Amino acid sequence: MLESVDLTCVRGDRTLFSALNFTLQPGELLHLKGHNGSGKTSLLRILSGLMMQAEGEVRWKGENIRKLRDEFQKNLLYIGHLPGIKADLTALENLRVNNAMGGNSISEHVAWNALGEIGLKGREDLPARVLSQGQQRRVALARMLVSNAKLWILDEPFTALDVKAVAMLQNVLEAHVKQDGMIILTTHQDFSVTNIAVRELQLGLRENNA
Amino acid sequence: MITVFRCLLWREMTLALRRKSEILTTMLFFVIVVSLFPLGIGPEIDTLREIAPGVLWVAALLASMLSLNRLFSDDYIDGTLEQLIISSQPLALLVFGKILAHWILTGLPLVLLSPVLGMQLGMDADSIVILMLTLLIGTPVLSLIGAVGAGLTLGVRGGGVLLSLLILPLYIPVLIFGSGAVESAQAGLGVEGHFSLLGAFLFASLVLAPLGAAASLRISLD
Repeated sequence: MLESVDLTCVRGDRTLFSALNFTLQPGELLHLKGHNGSGKTSLLRILSGLMMQAEGEVRWKGENIRKLRDEFQKNLLYIGHLPGIKADLTALENLRVNNAMGGNSISEHVAWNALGEIGLKGREDLPARVLSQGQQRRVALARMLVSNAKLWILDEPFTALDVKAVAMLQNVLEAHVKQDGMIILTTHQDFSVTNIAVRELQLGLRENNA
Repeated sequence: MITVFRCLLWREMTLALRRKSEILTTMLFFVIVVSLFPLGIGPEIDTLREIAPGVLWVAALLASMLSLNRLFSDDYIDGTLEQLIISSQPLALLVFGKILAHWILTGLPLVLLSPVLGMQLGMDADSIVILMLTLLIGTPVLSLIGAVGAGLTLGVRGGGVLLSLLILPLYIPVLIFGSGAVESAQAGLGVEGHFSLLGAFLFASLVLAPLGAAASLRISLD
């Protein structure tokens, strides 16, 4: 489904990775590994269409995502380093607006339930600016509960989350993969998902060996 | 598509209304700059009437620029801009939504304030109507052109100053024909020529600026 064909990424005058090939099929989770600065975030940004690669292409169902655009973006949920949360909107408004922008409008009721499920019960109506780092992160991640996107690209999703939230998130990831979803994520934390296969991709190997 | 556009407009409006200081800053700046001229030049009403169109237009131009560098920078910092770019909707449309909101929040108040300030500088009723009309057509052009500059200077250190240097020269035609129309009206001459050109600026920038701004955002976020 998602194919990386000979991807090369150059930042400044450094080549982060070159001729990177992999394919991700429905029902697979890809764990992207590598040391700091090995190009994990860059790869995720290229795969989601935010950044241009130096060479190669990203294909979705066999076609270049630059040509598909809408068709691909509709199936994409990208949660990056920045939470994408407006400090002056409430948690509920943030979730609904973010979803609507992604082309998936949800009712207030659904959003309310999702926020409750992710552990923000009673805080749905608070402006995001008074929420803690971890709680803001949860507002961003609540999109996963209501998303109908097939491909999730998550950059360090476990950052700032407590143990309970991490466990919950793992269940959500598992459920998505079991429903033939695809996930690509990076994390430096240990995480354990059961019953699904986790593929690993190591970036920056050459440098490590040197 | 319409839903997304409406949702974006709603978001921009809500955010602005929850942080009113930004709208008020623009309006107060406009009022204060215009009010400085009688103090500096003297209370000679004939002189003031003569310079009024230029003063009001320059002040409007500077005031609408004041808020421009925040057009995209807030979204850039909190990551919502990334989400806009990967939205399945055309980015130019979303950018247009942001520009429209920017105009409603900063351009439109200037149009509504201008009669009061026009009276303060001794303009007569007819030229005040012309002034409002030119501002009504001209301020959207300022927001539209400004958005391209705001996109290009996004994330650049000292982007605010750079933005002014980049954008102010492009504002000159709007300034010339905007204040020119009011001056003609004061002198009892026809204003159709000026208005046709202002209209042309508006339509050209309506078509081109959202596309340009969208492209500049993609470059800035790459």
